Parts: sequence; structure tokens; C-alpha cells
Amino acid sequence: MHKVLETEAAAPSLTLSGISKSFPGVKALDNIALELYPGQVTALIGENGAGKSTLVKIMTGIYQPDGGAITLNGQDITLPTAHAALGLGITAIHQETVLFDELSVAENIFLGHAPRTRFGMIDWRKLRAEAKDILASMGAPIDPNARLKDLSIANKHLVAVARALSIEAQIVIMDEPTAALSHKEIEELFVLIDLLKQDGKAILFISHKFDEIFRVADRYAVFRDGEMVGAGLMKDTEQSQLVRMMVGRSVERAFPKLDVTPGDVVLDVNNLSHPTEFEDISFSLREGEILGFYGLVGAGRTEVMQTLFGITKPSGGSVRLDGKPALAKNPAKAIESGIVYVPEERGRQGAITGLPIFQNISLPSLKKTSKSGFLRLAEEFALARKYSERLDLRASSLSQEVGTLSGGNQQKVVIGKWLATAPRVIILDEPTKGIDIGSKAAVHEFISELAADGLAIIMVSSELPEIMGMSDNVIVMREGRIAGRFAREHLDAETLVRTAAGIEGDPA
Amino acid sequence: MSAVSHSPRNIPDRLESPFKSALKSWEMLLIIVAIAIFVANSFASPYFLNPWSLSDATFNFTEKAIIALAMAMVIISGEIDLSVASIIALASTAMGFALQFGVDTPTLVAIGLLVGVACGAFNGMLVSGLGLPSIVVTIGTMSLFRGIAYIVLGDQAFRGYPSDFAFFGQGYVWWVISFELVLFLALAVVFYIILHRTSFGRSVFAIGNNPVAAQFSGIRVRRIKFILFILTGLMSGVAAVLLTSRLGSTRPSIAFAWELEVVTMVVLGGVSILGGAGSIFGVVIAAFIMGLVTFGLGLLNVPGIVMSIFIGLMLISVIGLPVVIRRVRARMAA
Amino acid sequence: MKALLKHRELILVAAIAVLIGLISLRFPAFIAPRNMVRVFDDTSILAILALGQMLVILTRCIDLSMAANLALCGMVMAMLNAAFPGIPMPLLLAVGISLGAGLGAINGLLVWKLDIPSIVVTLGTMTIFRGSIFLLSSGQWVNAHQMSDAFKALPRAVMLGLPVSSWIAIAVIGLFVLLMSRTPLGRSFYAVGVNPTASVYTGIDVGRTRFFAFTIAGAVAGLAGYLWVARYAVAYVDIAGGFELQIIAACVIGGISIAGGIGTVGGAVLGALFLGVVNNALPVINVSPFAQMAISGAVIVIAVIFNARNERKKGRIILKKAEKAEVAP
Repeated sequence: MHKVLETEAAAPSLTLSGISKSFPGVKALDNIALELYPGQVTALIGENGAGKSTLVKIMTGIYQPDGGAITLNGQDITLPTAHAALGLGITAIHQETVLFDELSVAENIFLGHAPRTRFGMIDWRKLRAEAKDILASMGAPIDPNARLKDLSIANKHLVAVARALSIEAQIVIMDEPTAALSHKEIEELFVLIDLLKQDGKAILFISHKFDEIFRVADRYAVFRDGEMVGAGLMKDTEQSQLVRMMVGRSVERAFPKLDVTPGDVVLDVNNLSHPTEFEDISFSLREGEILGFYGLVGAGRTEVMQTLFGITKPSGGSVRLDGKPALAKNPAKAIESGIVYVPEERGRQGAITGLPIFQNISLPSLKKTSKSGFLRLAEEFALARKYSERLDLRASSLSQEVGTLSGGNQQKVVIGKWLATAPRVIILDEPTKGIDIGSKAAVHEFISELAADGLAIIMVSSELPEIMGMSDNVIVMREGRIAGRFAREHLDAETLVRTAAGIEGDPA
Repeated sequence: MSAVSHSPRNIPDRLESPFKSALKSWEMLLIIVAIAIFVANSFASPYFLNPWSLSDATFNFTEKAIIALAMAMVIISGEIDLSVASIIALASTAMGFALQFGVDTPTLVAIGLLVGVACGAFNGMLVSGLGLPSIVVTIGTMSLFRGIAYIVLGDQAFRGYPSDFAFFGQGYVWWVISFELVLFLALAVVFYIILHRTSFGRSVFAIGNNPVAAQFSGIRVRRIKFILFILTGLMSGVAAVLLTSRLGSTRPSIAFAWELEVVTMVVLGGVSILGGAGSIFGVVIAAFIMGLVTFGLGLLNVPGIVMSIFIGLMLISVIGLPVVIRRVRARMAA
Repeated sequence: MKALLKHRELILVAAIAVLIGLISLRFPAFIAPRNMVRVFDDTSILAILALGQMLVILTRCIDLSMAANLALCGMVMAMLNAAFPGIPMPLLLAVGISLGAGLGAINGLLVWKLDIPSIVVTLGTMTIFRGSIFLLSSGQWVNAHQMSDAFKALPRAVMLGLPVSSWIAIAVIGLFVLLMSRTPLGRSFYAVGVNPTASVYTGIDVGRTRFFAFTIAGAVAGLAGYLWVARYAVAYVDIAGGFELQIIAACVIGGISIAGGIGTVGGAVLGALFLGVVNNALPVINVSPFAQMAISGAVIVIAVIFNARNERKKGRIILKKAEKAEVAP
């Protein structure tokens, strides 16, 4: 069927019109119209909470829209279940691992539409052979019999793409597919996207990264607060215009870094090593300094930081805080000594979403807010009030559950809870990951203020602009080792990327 | 997302007063149910309102309810202990065994409590020390503990507890107020304070909601879980003393299948079986409700096993009804 | 990991073999074919129940009501047989299995439609089923003399050297192998357990899959109800009391992860056989039958510790040299 469509490229494969969706108290989508064309990539752009994921869930049959129409190749369709969406050839490749770790690669590709024998049984031989063919056609060096959990994240994405090919999808939705990939892996993914395009598939590409969008997309659609505020051809637009549509105002992407003269050395790390994760990590950190840790995902930065925080045990090396040994045995001891770690995974490691804001903020400081083990609510509210004001938190009350806040505000609570322990050193792991541009700026401003107040800060980030805009010094890690150190005045994007990726040669 | 977003200077502590939110709570509903059952019972049987029969009624549930107090905390922390009834059996057997050597009452009580603590520590070690799933671990220790009691006793029984030992399960503190009831209410107050008024209790809620984030917040997750299992063991030991004293004998089948009634009591009391939410007050009312239902049906000569149908139905409907009501409401709103 | 799981089943086979070997060193009669057949036949009920429970555990649920379901179905079949001895056996069996499936479906519906955690649902239905037996039978027993000969004889009839109840177990095992490896439904039990979220996106309805797991477990319990009542020639309220834990124990010993998604038909059957051998060996080696409970308890605890060692997740390997060291051995 899509062979015919290829010849008339002007007709969209999938058309959404007038799509609305409300949840109690929130209008998630309001009268959305979107067209996806065969053989083209449409980028879906919007801040967190703009309604992108709701739309994806409607397109894949998980949610039902309150109103509106969906047509596929000119015919009206409904998507009452995820199964129905798959049956019509609509598939999604997700930011989180949406595959099955314990099952084989071949089964992951064919789960739900496995080839059958005459008796309706799964035909494993045919299934494995077809899986092998598809992987080979993609040039993916993956054993179809391997367990998915033994694969790298990049290879898992390849399996997801293979799955999309196997169900002969017409519509492929890619929801932040590059979030956990290295540069090289992203390039390989783009080659695959080209493959899907040549195959006549209509692709919806969701990403926060503008360089990727400009690299891969043919069209764009911008969402803001559940409405579509603009759509068109990529070649007719530019980045600043898209950003303006996204936030409804033009944003200056300047970083509010204040000039601080670093004081005395606070933290001194020497030859810190771990059997499998990192080795020979040495650095020192001064009062008022922001030390950036840059590297590819999986370079071992988080592992080093969690060791400083007492979660992982090192095999050797020393950590000194104000000259005294400070290698923590557990997070409780680390917090006590004045080293805190704001984790990367907000939902899993940072926020306790079922508890109210004030209890989240006071949790690491319970020793201080309570008296001989007994809670003092007034102290807890006072502490929570202080830090929610400092962080410009938006909430209806301090007793509101954290799970009901937006991502940006949750991140403020998470930073606030560790800051409330009045630490000497604060380690921020990807502090602005997955939050909207407005909250991002607020967090950056706040980090600057903290440094100006004399706090020693380590900032782990994979975002180059953030690292370059915020850090006094930058350490680049690669494969568990320190690959380079740069002072602020010598920061250069290309050098950082080359060092992180291990590309030899003169950057000039 | 909240409909109202305040600017930072005036975020209130709460939107409604604690009193007002208490009125809308699960506990309020339980109190109404309890009153309704009380009234129904007093109409159904003329013997019900007699102080002595009411006092008798409390013996039906105080021992289970004492364990339920500790079980509530274990379940709120995201774990479960199914071995509590078997701990009673083992602790009671140990007391009966010691009795053969003619020990006095204080020693008997100490042995009962110690065995409870030891069993709890064993569970705690396996769950928090080795990080094993508590539901399977305690299914195993449930067989193990009671199995040891069977090895010691076979089809025999220990009898002949000293007369002053009878006080714990049969004695009255004042008029119709039994020692068991007083002990239960005192322990309920202690557990209320531990769970709702101390940083230990707050940590329990945090762990139940998100154990990883709790650990990152500096909470000693393993240590707290270990303590919770010891606490449950200790309360099972207390229940063993009371029950052995009340029955005056020990058989290995003592307190058989009590774990299910204890868990039912806790869940009925509004504690989330998934962890992270619940209150001691709710569990206490749930204990009274279960006691009243059992006693009321008993007055009507309904056999015990049929009562268990009521308990089972109550458990499912109490969890299921709110879901149904929410669905119906949502449909009507749409 | 797959190799390790197979490896694990091998370990169980070896453990069972060693156990039998040790016992027969002292008591050669134990290993006699006739006794082995008896041990297998003795385990057949536990084995088919463990298979039903396996489905439920794979989907991250648990069914505590299986033994009560068994008892209720057994009682209904026994009473029907006593009242209407003329009902042909196939029809009676069909009634029992459908009743079991229906009771299992109630569990499944409550878990699926009302989102109640399975442990709460089955804790409740367990007491309700037991209570219902009492209501049905008014607490009376159905004794051997009330049952028809056909009813009692079927499981014990010997075909090709094995009792029919063993053949039934073998047939059920065969059906489960087919179900788990060859049908989309069987694969979806794994999918739901491994990753419920991903299952939804794959077009698998998590609740519906769980519903089927509970229904099949119920059907299996219904079948076991007949085997139990006919074998012991008696039905009363408390038959198979506490057996739900033995069933879970068999699964745990067989390496079925309580966290869902991991487990095989072979594992469940071997787990049941292991318990069966232990239980049958006790009287032979002159250990009091009262020790049986403690031993199964200890075995469960050891099995859980063992499972956890196998399932433990490895940390990330980042250093190049560590990666090489990992590959080398």
C-alpha cells in the first residue's frame, strides 16, 4: 500500500486533527493537528509537559483522546488498544528501555506478532531466521539468540528498530532515542533513520537536542502547553525561531556564571580506584569552585561520585575533606561529614514522590529537625519553606505530594533536600536533565549563587553548553579514567568532545 | 500538576487543617463502620451489651492486634512477615520446653520474648542482610519455625504452666478490663508514637515509598528493616506469652494461620500492601472491627469458618470498593 | 544467563540424584523402580499445582488460594459423586476443572479490573473458598464408602506401568511445555513479568494476561482437587490445608523468581520432585514425619538464598582491563 503513497509524496500517511485530551485538572492536549508524511522525519519539539508524551500514548493506543479524528492513508481509524495500533503499523521506540531484558533478541523483535506454524504454534525456526535477516539487512552485528540484557544500550536501540521493521510499520515514533547514546552511536542511529525513510516510513522524532533535529528532520511541529503553536519545513526555519515558539518568548542561552575567586581546598581526592569501574581518580576542589565532569554516558563519572557519597566501595585511594579523611561508608556518613550527592535519576533516586514536599526536603536533615528522635513539624516546615523560597518552588502547599509537581519543580525539591543539610561539597549529577528550559535557567542561576556563597560544587553533565557555561574547571573522563583537565579560560568545545571520545590528533 | 501555583513567598504549609483532612480519612470511615457494627450487634443479640461479654470479645483479637501493630510498620516499609504465627508456635514451645526444667514465670516470659526476637532477627538477617524478598523468606521460615515446634512436640502438648503465669492471658487489671486489652492499648500508643512522631517512623514511610531515594537521603535502610523484623518477632513473642497463658497449654498447631488474619487486619486498617502509606490508628480500629464482627457472629451461633468468609469479603471489598467508586464517579463526571 | 538457568536445572537434577543415591545407599529398597514410581506419583499433584502457580508468579503475582480452590473443587466433585453416582467421570472432571477455572477467574478479574494486589485478593478468596466448603458440606465429611468405585479407582488404575494420576501429571507437563514455548499467550506471561510497561507498548494487555494466569492456575487446582480427593478417598473442609505454601516452595526451589519473568516448566517440576523425594524419604530413613515441615522450610530458605546469588545483577564494567579480565575466564 505504501508503495503507491511513495509516488504521491504530498499525501500524509497519518493525519491527526482536533485531538484533545484532559486529565483531572489538566488539559494535556487541546485541538492538536499533526501530519506525518511517508519517507519523511517530522520533529516534535516542546518543553517537558507540553503534551508530547500524551500524544505518543494516543498514537500508540495507550490513551483514548477525548475528541478528534485520526486518519491513516485517508481512512478514518480508531486506536482502542495498543494492539490495534500495532496492527495498523504504528510503533514507538522509547526513551526508556521498552524491551524485554530476559528474552532473546529474536523474541524481542517478534513478540506479539511471531510467525506461526499451521497449528497456530510459534514457529521458532522461522522466527530466528527472519530476525537474523532483518538484523543483517540493517548491518547490525547482533546475535539473534543473545539475551537482550547482555547488549549495550545502542544495540538495544538497534533491536527496537529491527522490531519496527519487522512489523512493517508505516509510522515509527522515536521518543528521545538518543538520550543515552554516545556520539558515534547517534550517528549510527541516523544512518538507520535514513534506511527507514528510504523504506517509505513516516517518522515522528522527539528530541530535546536541536543539533539532532536539524541533522535528521524534514519537518517540525512545536507544542506548547498542550497546543500546537507551529509546524512547517525545517529548511524554512532556524533554531532561535523554534526556541521562541517553544517557550513563547525568546530566551537568551547565556549562563549566569558569576565570577568567584575560589578559596581554600575543601575536597582532596587521591588515586581513587574501583576494580571494574574507574581508576586513578585524583583531583581537588576549592571553596566557591564549580568543577565540571564531562564525558560520554558510561564514562564512569556517576560511579566516581557515588563512591564519594558512600554508595559504592572503592578498592583504593583516599578522600580528604578539609584535610581530614572522609571516605564515607554510607550516604548517612557522607551527609554527616558534609558531602552530598544530588542523583541523576530524579524519580528513582532523588524524590520520594508519594511524600509531601516538606517531608522530602527534611528527610536528609531529620537529625537536625528532630529532637532526640522525635519529629518537630514546625522545624520541618521552616526548613522546607526556607529552601523552597530560595529555589523559587511553585506549589500549592508544602504538604503537596512531590509526585504531583512538574519535572522542573521536582528537581528543585530534590536539590533543596540535599542543600538543606548545609553541606561543604555538593555533587550535582546531570542537574538539568529532562527539565524544561525555564527551570533549567533557574537551576543554573541557583548553582552560581551557591558557588558565590562559598559552596564547593561538582557538576556532572553531558551537555556541552552547560559544562562550558558553568564550570571553573573541567575534568573529562573516558573509560573510567581521567582523560583531560581544562581551566575555564582554555575551554573549547571541540577539544572536550575529542578528549571524551578518545579521538587523537591536533584539534586545530 | 496543581491548578494553583503560588509564588514562593506565600506557599502555605497545608491547604486544609489536619482536623478537616482527618474527617475525610480512611480512619473516619472505619470508625463509622465500627459504630454501625456495634449498633447492629446490640440489636442482634441481647447479650452483646453486657460488659462482661464485651470484655470477652476483646480476647478474640488483642493478641493478633498486638502483632498487627508491628506488622503495619513492616508492610509500610514495603516488606511483609508471614512467619508471625509460627514464631508464636516456636516461642510457646520453647516456654513449654523450659517449663520441664521448672523455671519460674519471669524466666518463662523472658524465654518467650527472646525466642521471638531471635526469630525476628533471623528473618531480618535474611531480608536486610542478604537482600532476599521477604515474602518468600518468611514463607520459608514460617514452615521452619513451626516445623521445629513439631519436631519437639510431635502430637504431644506441654501443660502445667504455673498459676501466676495465667495472669497474662486471663487476668483483669480492673473490673472487666483485661490485662491483654490494657497491654494492647499501651502498645498501640507506643507504636503510634514510633511510627508517626519519630524520625525512625518517618524513615519507615520513606523506605516504603522509595527505598533507593531513602538510602540516598542518608537513611540506613537495611538497619531499619532489620529492626522492624526484630520488632515483629518481639510482638509475636508477646502474643505467644499471652496466648499460651490464656490457653494454659502449648501444641505445635497453636495460632495456626493467624498470619493471614493479622495481614487482613493491617490492610483493613488502611495500610497499603505496596508499602509507603498507613496509620496505627487505622489498624487499631480495624482490630476492633474484626473483633466485633467475630464476636457478633459468634453470638448468633455462626461457626468460625463462616466468619472467615466475612473477613475475606471484607478484605476484598474494603480494597476494591474505593476503586469501583472512583471509576463510577469518573464515568458520571464524563 | 540462559546457560546458567539450564545449568540451574542440571543442579536440581543432580541434587535429586544425589539425594536418592544417598538414601538408597542405606536403604536400597528406596531406589527400586516400584518405589520410584510411587514417589513420582506422590508428587504428581504438587507438580501440576506448581505449574499453575508458576504462571501466576511469572506475571509478578502470587496465588495463595490454590489449595483452598483445590479443596472446594474436590468437595464439590465428591458431593456430586456421592449424590449422583451415575455422572460419568469425564463429565465430573469437566465440572471440577471448570469450577476451578471459574474460581481462578474470580481472582484474575479482581486483579485485572480492580487493580487489587494479588496477595490481598487471594488471601481473601482463600478464606472465602474454605468457608464455602463448610457452607456446602455443613462441615460434614464425604467418606470413602459414599464415593463410587469408578471415582476412587481412576487415579490408581495402572497404565503402561504408571498410575493414571502420573499420566495426568505428564500430560499436564506436556501441555505446559507447549503453552510456554509455543504459544503467544505463554510468551506473554514472560513478557509481562520481565517488563510490564514494555508489554503494554508491545500490544500485550498486562491485566488480561494475569487473568489468564489465574484462570489456568484455577483450572489446574480443580484438576488437582479431583486427584487429591480420589487418592485419599475423603473430602472435608481442611484438606490440603497449608498446601499453598508447599506449592510456592516448589516454585522457589525450581528457580522461579518471585520478582516475575524468570522460570521454566522444567524448574517447577523439578522443584516439586525435590520436595516429593524429601517428603518420601523421611519415613524411610526413620526421621519423624513431624520433621517434614521444618525441612521444607529450611529447603525454601536455602533455595531463596541460592536464587538470589544467580539473579544478582553485575555492576557496570567500564575499565578496559576489567572487561578483558571478565572475558578471560
